[in-house]
Amino acid sequence: MNWRRTRATAGRVLLQLRHDPRTVALLVAVPAVLMGLLAWILRGRDHDFNTFGPQLLGIFPLIVMFLVTSVATLRERTGGTLERLLTMPMGKADFVLGYAIAFGMAAIIQALVVSGLCFGPYGMTVRGEAWLVVVVAVLDALLGTALGLSVSALATTEFQAVQFMPAIILPQLLLCGIIVPRSELPTVLHWISYLLPMSYAVDATQQLSTHAAVTSQFLMDVVVVGGFLVAALALGTTTLRRRTP
Amino acid sequence: MTSQAPVSPAPAVRVEHLTVVRGRTRAVDDVSFELGAGTLVGLLGPSGCGKTTLMRSLVGTQVVSLGTVSLLGEPAGSPRLRDRVGYVTQVPSVYGDLTVQENLSYFATILGASAEAVEHVLADVDLCDHAASMVGRLSGGERARVSLATALLGSPSLLVLDEPTVGLDPLLRRSLWSLFHRLAVAGTTLLVSSHVMDEAERCERLLLMRDGRILADTTPAGLLSSTASGDFESAFVALIGSDVPGKRGSPAAGEERP
Repeated sequence: MNWRRTRATAGRVLLQLRHDPRTVALLVAVPAVLMGLLAWILRGRDHDFNTFGPQLLGIFPLIVMFLVTSVATLRERTGGTLERLLTMPMGKADFVLGYAIAFGMAAIIQALVVSGLCFGPYGMTVRGEAWLVVVVAVLDALLGTALGLSVSALATTEFQAVQFMPAIILPQLLLCGIIVPRSELPTVLHWISYLLPMSYAVDATQQLSTHAAVTSQFLMDVVVVGGFLVAALALGTTTLRRRTP
Repeated sequence: MTSQAPVSPAPAVRVEHLTVVRGRTRAVDDVSFELGAGTLVGLLGPSGCGKTTLMRSLVGTQVVSLGTVSLLGEPAGSPRLRDRVGYVTQVPSVYGDLTVQENLSYFATILGASAEAVEHVLADVDLCDHAASMVGRLSGGERARVSLATALLGSPSLLVLDEPTVGLDPLLRRSLWSLFHRLAVAGTTLLVSSHVMDEAERCERLLLMRDGRILADTTPAGLLSSTASGDFESAFVALIGSDVPGKRGSPAAGEERP
Protein backbone atom coordinates (compact mmCIF):
# COMPACT_ATOMS: atom_id res chain seq x y z
CA MET A 1 0.00 0.00 0.00
CA ASN A 2 1.02 3.56 -0.69
CA TRP A 3 0.16 6.35 1.74
CA ARG A 4 0.05 9.11 -0.92
CA ARG A 5 -2.56 7.24 -2.98
CA THR A 6 -4.55 6.19 0.10
CA ARG A 7 -4.65 9.78 1.33
CA ALA A 8 -5.59 11.10 -2.12
CA THR A 9 -8.44 8.58 -2.29
CA ALA A 10 -9.71 9.49 1.19
CA GLY A 11 -9.51 13.18 0.25
CA ARG A 12 -11.36 12.57 -2.98
CA VAL A 13 -14.20 10.68 -1.23
CA LEU A 14 -14.51 13.47 1.37
CA LEU A 15 -14.59 16.04 -1.45
CA GLN A 16 -17.44 14.10 -3.07
CA LEU A 17 -19.28 14.17 0.26
CA ARG A 18 -18.68 17.92 0.55
CA HIS A 19 -20.26 18.44 -2.86
CA ASP A 20 -23.31 16.56 -1.60
CA PRO A 21 -24.45 18.43 1.54
CA ARG A 22 -27.79 16.67 1.59
CA THR A 23 -26.13 13.28 2.09
CA VAL A 24 -23.97 14.71 4.88
CA ALA A 25 -27.04 16.22 6.54
CA LEU A 26 -28.84 12.88 6.33
CA LEU A 27 -25.81 11.03 7.70
CA VAL A 28 -25.93 13.11 10.87
CA ALA A 29 -29.62 13.96 11.10
CA VAL A 30 -31.11 10.49 10.64
CA PRO A 31 -29.42 8.83 13.64
CA ALA A 32 -29.85 12.04 15.67
CA VAL A 33 -33.61 12.12 15.04
CA LEU A 34 -33.97 8.37 15.60
CA MET A 35 -32.24 8.59 18.97
CA GLY A 36 -34.47 11.54 19.88
CA LEU A 37 -37.50 9.50 18.92
CA LEU A 38 -36.29 6.61 21.05
CA ALA A 39 -35.73 8.93 24.03
CA TRP A 40 -39.24 10.30 23.58
CA ILE A 41 -40.83 6.84 23.30
CA LEU A 42 -39.12 5.74 26.49
CA ARG A 43 -39.75 9.00 28.39
CA GLY A 44 -40.71 8.43 32.00
CA ARG A 45 -38.96 5.07 31.94
CA ASP A 46 -35.49 6.49 32.46
CA HIS A 47 -33.92 3.15 32.98
CA ASP A 48 -35.01 1.86 29.58
CA PHE A 49 -33.49 4.68 27.55
CA ASN A 50 -30.27 4.18 29.46
CA THR A 51 -30.38 0.50 28.45
CA PHE A 52 -31.50 0.76 24.83
CA GLY A 53 -29.93 4.13 24.02
CA PRO A 54 -26.25 3.13 24.13
CA GLN A 55 -26.96 -0.11 22.24
CA LEU A 56 -28.74 1.61 19.39
CA LEU A 57 -26.18 4.43 19.41
CA GLY A 58 -23.79 1.78 18.05
CA ILE A 59 -26.21 0.18 15.64
CA PHE A 60 -27.70 3.15 13.78
CA PRO A 61 -24.32 4.40 12.47
CA LEU A 62 -23.43 0.84 11.42
CA ILE A 63 -26.58 0.60 9.30
CA VAL A 64 -26.24 4.08 7.78
CA MET A 65 -22.56 3.60 6.89
CA PHE A 66 -23.21 0.14 5.47
CA LEU A 67 -25.76 1.59 3.04
CA VAL A 68 -23.72 4.65 2.07
CA THR A 69 -20.56 2.66 1.45
CA SER A 70 -22.11 -0.17 -0.51
CA VAL A 71 -23.84 2.28 -2.86
CA ALA A 72 -20.73 4.48 -3.21
CA THR A 73 -18.52 1.51 -4.07
CA LEU A 74 -21.08 0.09 -6.44
CA ARG A 75 -21.13 3.43 -8.25
CA GLU A 76 -17.37 3.15 -8.72
CA ARG A 77 -17.79 -0.33 -10.15
CA THR A 78 -20.62 0.46 -12.55
CA GLY A 79 -19.30 3.92 -13.53
CA GLY A 80 -15.98 2.51 -14.74
CA THR A 81 -13.89 4.62 -12.37
CA LEU A 82 -12.82 1.58 -10.34
CA GLU A 83 -11.66 -0.20 -13.50
CA ARG A 84 -9.80 2.92 -14.57
CA LEU A 85 -8.10 3.24 -11.17
CA LEU A 86 -7.05 -0.42 -11.29
CA THR A 87 -5.38 0.09 -14.70
CA MET A 88 -3.36 2.83 -12.97
CA PRO A 89 -0.66 2.30 -10.33
CA MET A 90 -3.33 2.02 -7.66
CA GLY A 91 -3.13 -0.64 -4.96
CA LYS A 92 -6.34 -2.42 -4.02
CA ALA A 93 -5.59 -1.75 -0.37
CA ASP A 94 -5.10 1.97 -1.17
CA PHE A 95 -8.62 2.05 -2.55
CA VAL A 96 -10.24 0.20 0.37
CA LEU A 97 -8.32 2.08 3.07
CA GLY A 98 -9.02 5.40 1.36
CA TYR A 99 -12.73 4.71 1.64
CA ALA A 100 -12.39 3.47 5.23
CA ILE A 101 -10.52 6.63 6.27
CA ALA A 102 -12.97 9.00 4.55
CA PHE A 103 -16.09 7.35 5.92
CA GLY A 104 -14.36 6.85 9.27
CA MET A 105 -13.96 10.63 9.52
CA ALA A 106 -17.61 11.10 8.60
CA ALA A 107 -18.44 8.52 11.29
CA ILE A 108 -16.50 10.47 13.92
CA ILE A 109 -18.51 13.62 13.21
CA GLN A 110 -21.73 11.60 13.21
CA ALA A 111 -20.89 9.87 16.50
CA LEU A 112 -19.89 13.14 18.19
CA VAL A 113 -23.09 14.92 17.21
CA VAL A 114 -25.42 12.03 18.01
CA SER A 115 -23.84 11.10 21.32
CA GLY A 116 -23.61 14.79 22.24
CA LEU A 117 -27.38 14.97 21.82
CA CYS A 118 -27.93 11.71 23.72
CA PHE A 119 -25.80 12.62 26.71
CA GLY A 120 -27.08 16.22 26.63
CA PRO A 121 -30.71 17.08 25.78
CA TYR A 122 -31.91 13.46 25.52
CA GLY A 123 -30.65 12.80 29.06
CA MET A 124 -28.90 9.47 28.54
CA THR A 125 -26.49 8.30 31.24
CA VAL A 126 -24.12 5.37 31.47
CA ARG A 127 -22.18 4.05 34.46
CA GLY A 128 -18.95 3.79 32.46
CA GLU A 129 -17.05 6.44 30.54
CA ALA A 130 -19.21 8.36 28.05
CA TRP A 131 -16.31 8.90 25.63
CA LEU A 132 -15.89 5.14 25.30
CA VAL A 133 -19.47 5.00 24.01
CA VAL A 134 -18.40 7.43 21.28
CA VAL A 135 -15.38 5.23 20.48
CA VAL A 136 -17.58 2.16 20.15
CA ALA A 137 -20.04 4.09 17.94
CA VAL A 138 -17.19 5.08 15.60
CA LEU A 139 -15.86 1.54 15.56
CA ASP A 140 -19.34 0.24 14.68
CA ALA A 141 -19.70 2.80 11.89
CA LEU A 142 -16.32 1.69 10.51
CA LEU A 143 -17.49 -1.91 10.66
CA GLY A 144 -20.55 -0.87 8.66
CA THR A 145 -18.26 0.77 6.08
CA ALA A 146 -16.07 -2.33 5.83
CA LEU A 147 -19.06 -4.68 5.49
CA GLY A 148 -20.55 -2.39 2.85
CA LEU A 149 -17.29 -2.43 0.89
CA SER A 150 -17.08 -6.20 0.76
CA VAL A 151 -20.78 -6.76 0.12
CA SER A 152 -20.92 -4.32 -2.79
CA ALA A 153 -18.96 -6.87 -4.85
CA LEU A 154 -21.96 -9.19 -4.69
CA ALA A 155 -24.33 -6.60 -6.12
CA THR A 156 -24.52 -5.54 -9.75
CA THR A 157 -27.25 -2.89 -9.37
CA GLU A 158 -28.21 -0.31 -6.78
CA PHE A 159 -31.46 -2.20 -6.17
CA GLN A 160 -29.49 -5.26 -5.15
CA ALA A 161 -27.02 -3.28 -3.04
CA VAL A 162 -29.81 -1.69 -1.01
CA GLN A 163 -31.38 -5.08 -0.34
CA PHE A 164 -28.19 -6.44 1.15
CA MET A 165 -28.87 -4.19 4.12
CA PRO A 166 -31.89 -6.21 5.36
CA ALA A 167 -30.14 -9.42 4.30
CA ILE A 168 -26.87 -8.81 6.18
CA ILE A 169 -27.85 -6.41 8.98
CA LEU A 170 -31.35 -7.37 10.12
CA PRO A 171 -30.53 -10.97 11.14
CA GLN A 172 -27.73 -9.58 13.30
CA LEU A 173 -30.15 -7.09 14.82
CA LEU A 174 -32.51 -9.93 15.77
CA LEU A 175 -29.75 -12.03 17.31
CA CYS A 176 -27.55 -9.37 18.94
CA GLY A 177 -29.39 -9.41 22.27
CA ILE A 178 -31.54 -6.30 22.03
CA ILE A 179 -34.82 -8.15 21.55
CA VAL A 180 -34.04 -11.22 23.64
CA PRO A 181 -30.86 -11.44 25.74
CA ARG A 182 -28.44 -13.70 23.86
CA SER A 183 -28.16 -16.17 26.75
CA GLU A 184 -31.92 -16.78 26.52
CA LEU A 185 -31.90 -17.52 22.78
CA PRO A 186 -32.51 -21.08 21.55
CA THR A 187 -29.18 -22.95 21.71
CA VAL A 188 -28.46 -23.00 17.97
CA LEU A 189 -29.26 -19.30 17.62
CA HIS A 190 -27.10 -18.56 20.65
CA TRP A 191 -24.15 -20.27 18.94
CA ILE A 192 -24.82 -18.40 15.71
CA SER A 193 -24.90 -15.09 17.59
CA TYR A 194 -21.26 -15.67 18.56
CA LEU A 195 -20.32 -15.51 14.87
CA LEU A 196 -21.97 -12.14 14.24
CA PRO A 197 -20.06 -8.90 14.79
CA MET A 198 -23.09 -6.93 15.99
CA SER A 199 -23.39 -9.18 19.06
CA TYR A 200 -20.02 -7.89 20.26
CA ALA A 201 -20.78 -4.30 19.27
CA VAL A 202 -23.96 -4.32 21.35
CA ASP A 203 -22.35 -6.14 24.25
CA ALA A 204 -19.59 -3.52 24.38
CA THR A 205 -22.10 -0.71 24.96
CA GLN A 206 -24.00 -2.88 27.44
CA GLN A 207 -20.81 -3.29 29.44
CA LEU A 208 -20.37 0.48 29.46
CA SER A 209 -23.90 1.17 30.60
CA THR A 210 -23.81 -1.33 33.46
CA HIS A 211 -20.23 -1.14 34.76
CA ALA A 212 -18.43 1.93 36.07
CA ALA A 213 -15.00 0.47 35.38
CA VAL A 214 -13.72 -0.87 32.07
CA THR A 215 -14.35 -4.61 32.16
CA SER A 216 -12.22 -7.25 30.50
CA GLN A 217 -15.31 -8.35 28.59
CA PHE A 218 -15.62 -4.83 27.16
CA LEU A 219 -12.01 -4.97 26.00
CA MET A 220 -12.57 -8.36 24.43
CA ASP A 221 -15.70 -7.06 22.66
CA VAL A 222 -13.74 -4.15 21.23
CA VAL A 223 -10.94 -6.44 20.05
CA VAL A 224 -13.43 -8.79 18.37
CA VAL A 225 -15.24 -5.91 16.61
CA GLY A 226 -11.82 -4.63 15.50
CA GLY A 227 -10.99 -8.09 14.20
CA PHE A 228 -14.22 -8.25 12.19
CA LEU A 229 -13.42 -4.78 10.87
CA VAL A 230 -9.97 -5.82 9.62
CA ALA A 231 -11.32 -9.07 8.18
CA ALA A 232 -14.11 -7.26 6.32
CA LEU A 233 -11.63 -4.75 4.89
CA ALA A 234 -9.35 -7.57 3.77
CA LEU A 235 -12.34 -9.32 2.19
CA GLY A 236 -13.28 -6.05 0.47
CA THR A 237 -9.77 -5.87 -0.98
CA THR A 238 -9.98 -9.37 -2.43
CA THR A 239 -13.25 -8.58 -4.21
CA LEU A 240 -11.57 -5.93 -6.39
CA ARG A 241 -10.59 -7.43 -9.74
CA ARG A 242 -8.17 -5.93 -12.21
CA ARG A 243 -9.22 -8.41 -14.88
CA THR A 244 -12.85 -9.26 -15.59
CA PRO A 245 -14.46 -11.67 -18.10
CA MET B 1 3.06 16.28 -24.01
CA THR B 2 6.68 15.46 -23.64
CA SER B 3 8.18 12.84 -25.85
CA GLN B 4 8.98 9.46 -24.47
CA ALA B 5 12.17 7.45 -24.66
CA PRO B 6 13.57 6.96 -28.17
CA VAL B 7 11.87 4.40 -30.39
CA SER B 8 12.69 0.98 -29.00
CA PRO B 9 13.36 -2.01 -31.24
CA ALA B 10 10.41 -3.91 -29.76
CA PRO B 11 7.03 -2.93 -31.24
CA ALA B 12 4.77 -0.91 -28.96
CA VAL B 13 2.05 -3.54 -29.25
CA ARG B 14 2.36 -7.19 -30.24
CA VAL B 15 -0.77 -9.33 -30.37
CA GLU B 16 -0.44 -13.01 -31.28
CA HIS B 17 -3.40 -15.31 -31.92
CA LEU B 18 -5.57 -13.47 -29.41
CA THR B 19 -8.90 -15.13 -28.78
CA VAL B 20 -11.47 -13.95 -26.25
CA VAL B 21 -14.54 -16.05 -25.64
CA ARG B 22 -17.32 -14.24 -23.83
CA GLY B 23 -20.26 -16.43 -23.00
CA ARG B 24 -20.83 -18.56 -26.10
CA THR B 25 -19.36 -16.14 -28.61
CA ARG B 26 -15.85 -15.42 -29.79
CA ALA B 27 -15.69 -11.67 -29.25
CA VAL B 28 -12.12 -11.69 -30.55
CA ASP B 29 -11.17 -14.56 -32.84
CA ASP B 30 -7.50 -15.39 -33.49
CA VAL B 31 -6.27 -11.82 -33.97
CA SER B 32 -2.61 -11.03 -34.57
CA PHE B 33 -0.93 -7.70 -35.34
CA GLU B 34 1.92 -5.44 -34.32
CA LEU B 35 2.01 -1.67 -33.88
CA GLY B 36 5.25 0.27 -34.21
CA ALA B 37 6.08 2.98 -31.71
CA GLY B 38 4.81 6.46 -32.55
CA THR B 39 2.10 5.37 -34.96
CA LEU B 40 -1.52 6.50 -35.07
CA VAL B 41 -3.66 3.49 -35.82
CA GLY B 42 -7.41 3.43 -36.35
CA LEU B 43 -9.43 0.41 -35.25
CA LEU B 44 -12.61 0.55 -37.29
CA GLY B 45 -15.62 -1.64 -37.52
CA PRO B 46 -19.33 -1.73 -36.82
CA SER B 47 -20.71 -1.67 -33.27
CA GLY B 48 -20.42 -5.05 -31.61
CA CYS B 49 -17.55 -6.29 -33.80
CA GLY B 50 -15.20 -6.78 -30.84
CA LYS B 51 -13.27 -3.50 -30.82
CA THR B 52 -13.85 -2.84 -27.13
CA THR B 53 -13.00 -6.41 -26.11
CA LEU B 54 -9.77 -6.20 -28.13
CA MET B 55 -8.87 -2.90 -26.46
CA ARG B 56 -9.67 -4.26 -23.00
CA SER B 57 -7.37 -7.19 -23.74
CA LEU B 58 -4.58 -4.74 -24.59
CA VAL B 59 -4.89 -2.78 -21.36
CA GLY B 60 -5.16 -5.97 -19.33
CA THR B 61 -8.67 -5.64 -17.94
CA GLN B 62 -10.07 -8.49 -20.04
CA VAL B 63 -9.69 -12.16 -19.18
CA VAL B 64 -8.38 -13.63 -22.45
CA SER B 65 -8.89 -17.21 -23.58
CA LEU B 66 -5.90 -17.78 -25.85
CA GLY B 67 -2.95 -15.97 -27.32
CA THR B 68 -0.52 -13.40 -26.01
CA VAL B 69 -0.54 -9.62 -25.83
CA SER B 70 2.56 -7.62 -25.01
CA LEU B 71 2.90 -3.86 -24.75
CA LEU B 72 6.23 -2.03 -24.68
CA GLY B 73 7.94 -5.38 -24.14
CA GLU B 74 5.83 -6.35 -21.13
CA PRO B 75 2.88 -8.75 -20.95
CA ALA B 76 -0.49 -6.93 -20.96
CA GLY B 77 -1.67 -6.10 -17.45
CA SER B 78 1.84 -6.09 -15.97
CA PRO B 79 2.19 -3.68 -13.00
CA ARG B 80 5.08 -1.97 -14.80
CA LEU B 81 2.68 -0.83 -17.53
CA ARG B 82 0.24 0.92 -15.22
CA ASP B 83 1.73 4.38 -15.59
CA ARG B 84 2.79 3.90 -19.22
CA VAL B 85 -0.52 2.96 -20.84
CA GLY B 86 -3.49 5.32 -20.96
CA TYR B 87 -6.96 3.90 -21.57
CA VAL B 88 -10.17 5.74 -22.30
CA THR B 89 -13.38 3.74 -22.15
CA GLN B 90 -16.36 4.43 -24.36
CA VAL B 91 -18.45 5.67 -21.45
CA PRO B 92 -16.57 8.50 -19.70
CA SER B 93 -15.21 7.04 -16.45
CA VAL B 94 -14.73 10.11 -14.29
CA TYR B 95 -16.51 11.32 -11.14
CA GLY B 96 -19.67 13.25 -11.96
CA ASP B 97 -19.82 14.72 -8.45
CA LEU B 98 -16.41 16.40 -8.64
CA THR B 99 -15.24 19.34 -10.72
CA VAL B 100 -13.05 18.85 -13.78
CA GLN B 101 -10.04 20.16 -11.86
CA GLU B 102 -10.71 17.90 -8.84
CA ASN B 103 -11.03 14.84 -11.06
CA LEU B 104 -7.77 15.53 -12.83
CA SER B 105 -5.90 16.40 -9.63
CA TYR B 106 -6.98 13.14 -8.05
CA PHE B 107 -5.97 10.97 -11.01
CA ALA B 108 -2.71 12.96 -11.32
CA THR B 109 -1.84 12.05 -7.73
CA ILE B 110 -2.56 8.39 -8.40
CA LEU B 111 -0.37 8.49 -11.51
CA GLY B 112 2.34 10.55 -9.84
CA ALA B 113 1.89 13.33 -12.40
CA SER B 114 2.57 16.97 -11.56
CA ALA B 115 0.15 19.87 -11.10
CA GLU B 116 1.48 21.34 -14.35
CA ALA B 117 0.40 18.17 -16.12
CA VAL B 118 -3.19 18.97 -15.10
CA GLU B 119 -2.99 22.44 -16.69
CA HIS B 120 -1.35 20.92 -19.73
CA VAL B 121 -4.01 18.29 -20.43
CA LEU B 122 -6.80 20.79 -19.75
CA ALA B 123 -5.39 22.89 -22.58
CA ASP B 124 -4.91 19.79 -24.77
CA VAL B 125 -8.61 18.95 -24.68
CA ASP B 126 -9.72 22.60 -24.67
CA LEU B 127 -11.43 22.53 -21.26
CA CYS B 128 -9.58 25.34 -19.46
CA ASP B 129 -12.80 27.35 -19.20
CA HIS B 130 -14.57 24.45 -17.51
CA ALA B 131 -11.95 23.58 -14.90
CA ALA B 132 -14.26 24.59 -12.04
CA SER B 133 -17.42 23.01 -13.49
CA MET B 134 -18.96 19.90 -12.00
CA VAL B 135 -18.43 17.02 -14.42
CA GLY B 136 -22.00 15.83 -13.93
CA ARG B 137 -23.32 19.11 -15.33
CA LEU B 138 -21.17 19.05 -18.48
CA SER B 139 -22.42 17.94 -21.89
CA GLY B 140 -21.67 14.42 -23.08
CA GLY B 141 -18.87 15.60 -25.34
CA GLU B 142 -17.25 17.65 -22.58
CA ARG B 143 -17.40 14.71 -20.19
CA ALA B 144 -15.74 12.51 -22.81
CA ARG B 145 -12.93 15.05 -23.03
CA VAL B 146 -12.43 15.02 -19.25
CA SER B 147 -12.07 11.26 -19.51
CA LEU B 148 -9.57 11.67 -22.35
CA ALA B 149 -7.62 14.31 -20.40
CA THR B 150 -7.32 11.85 -17.51
CA ALA B 151 -5.65 9.30 -19.78
CA LEU B 152 -3.18 11.92 -21.04
CA LEU B 153 -2.06 12.89 -17.51
CA GLY B 154 0.91 10.62 -17.07
CA SER B 155 2.29 11.20 -20.59
CA PRO B 156 1.78 7.53 -21.43
CA SER B 157 3.80 5.81 -24.17
CA LEU B 158 0.70 4.04 -25.43
CA LEU B 159 -2.84 5.38 -25.61
CA VAL B 160 -5.80 3.10 -26.17
CA LEU B 161 -8.83 5.24 -26.95
CA ASP B 162 -12.27 3.66 -27.35
CA GLU B 163 -14.41 5.89 -29.59
CA PRO B 164 -13.03 9.16 -28.17
CA THR B 165 -14.63 11.36 -30.83
CA VAL B 166 -18.15 9.94 -30.91
CA GLY B 167 -20.77 12.58 -30.28
CA LEU B 168 -18.40 15.51 -30.76
CA ASP B 169 -19.04 18.32 -33.20
CA PRO B 170 -16.86 18.44 -36.35
CA LEU B 171 -14.65 21.26 -35.09
CA LEU B 172 -13.82 19.49 -31.84
CA ARG B 173 -13.28 16.22 -33.64
CA ARG B 174 -10.80 17.93 -35.91
CA SER B 175 -8.94 19.48 -32.98
CA LEU B 176 -8.75 16.13 -31.16
CA TRP B 177 -7.39 14.36 -34.24
CA SER B 178 -4.73 17.02 -34.58
CA LEU B 179 -3.89 16.43 -30.90
CA PHE B 180 -3.57 12.69 -31.64
CA HIS B 181 -1.21 13.49 -34.52
CA ARG B 182 0.91 15.74 -32.31
CA LEU B 183 1.15 12.98 -29.71
CA ALA B 184 2.16 10.42 -32.36
CA VAL B 185 4.85 12.75 -33.71
CA ALA B 186 6.16 13.07 -30.14
CA GLY B 187 6.54 9.29 -29.99
CA THR B 188 3.26 8.13 -28.43
CA THR B 189 1.59 5.11 -29.99
CA LEU B 190 -2.17 5.53 -30.37
CA LEU B 191 -4.85 2.97 -31.09
CA VAL B 192 -8.12 4.82 -31.68
CA SER B 193 -11.38 3.01 -32.33
CA SER B 194 -14.39 4.33 -34.15
CA HIS B 195 -17.48 3.04 -35.89
CA VAL B 196 -17.58 6.14 -38.09
CA MET B 197 -15.75 5.05 -41.21
CA ASP B 198 -14.98 8.60 -42.28
CA GLU B 199 -12.51 8.85 -39.42
CA ALA B 200 -10.31 6.39 -41.33
CA GLU B 201 -8.71 9.13 -43.38
CA ARG B 202 -7.19 10.70 -40.27
CA CYS B 203 -5.15 7.59 -39.37
CA GLU B 204 -1.77 6.44 -40.61
CA ARG B 205 -2.81 2.83 -40.52
CA LEU B 206 -6.13 1.03 -40.34
CA LEU B 207 -7.25 -2.18 -38.72
CA LEU B 208 -10.71 -3.06 -39.96
CA MET B 209 -12.61 -5.41 -37.74
CA ARG B 210 -15.73 -7.46 -38.19
CA ASP B 211 -17.18 -10.35 -36.18
CA GLY B 212 -14.13 -10.51 -33.94
CA ARG B 213 -11.62 -10.79 -36.77
CA ILE B 214 -9.31 -8.33 -38.51
CA LEU B 215 -10.64 -8.02 -42.08
CA ALA B 216 -7.87 -5.78 -43.32
CA ASP B 217 -4.63 -4.25 -42.07
CA THR B 218 -3.97 -1.39 -44.43
CA THR B 219 -3.57 2.36 -44.93
CA PRO B 220 -6.35 4.82 -45.84
CA ALA B 221 -5.02 5.15 -49.40
CA GLY B 222 -4.52 1.40 -49.68
CA LEU B 223 -8.11 0.74 -48.57
CA LEU B 224 -9.57 3.11 -51.15
CA SER B 225 -7.46 1.81 -54.03
CA SER B 226 -7.87 -1.89 -53.24
CA THR B 227 -11.64 -1.56 -53.16
CA ALA B 228 -11.81 1.06 -55.94
CA SER B 229 -14.04 3.18 -53.71
CA GLY B 230 -14.40 6.93 -53.44
CA ASP B 231 -15.17 7.04 -49.74
CA PHE B 232 -14.42 4.92 -46.70
CA GLU B 233 -17.94 3.81 -46.00
CA SER B 234 -18.40 2.20 -49.40
CA ALA B 235 -14.85 0.83 -49.16
CA PHE B 236 -15.80 -0.96 -45.97
CA VAL B 237 -19.02 -2.28 -47.49
CA ALA B 238 -17.04 -3.55 -50.51
CA LEU B 239 -14.56 -5.22 -48.18
CA ILE B 240 -17.31 -7.02 -46.30
CA GLY B 241 -18.78 -8.16 -49.60
CA SER B 242 -15.48 -9.80 -50.57
CA ASP B 243 -15.22 -11.53 -47.19
CA VAL B 244 -16.89 -14.92 -47.35
CA PRO B 245 -19.03 -15.09 -44.19
CA GLY B 246 -18.26 -17.91 -41.83
CA LYS B 247 -15.15 -19.11 -43.72
CA ARG B 248 -13.37 -19.44 -40.39
CA GLY B 249 -16.29 -21.27 -38.88
CA SER B 250 -16.76 -18.68 -36.19
CA PRO B 251 -20.17 -17.63 -34.94
CA ALA B 252 -21.10 -13.98 -34.64
CA ALA B 253 -18.93 -11.89 -32.36
CA GLY B 254 -20.06 -10.92 -28.91
CA GLU B 255 -21.61 -7.68 -27.95
CA GLU B 256 -19.50 -4.70 -27.17
CA ARG B 257 -18.96 -4.08 -23.50
CA PRO B 258 -20.33 -0.92 -21.99
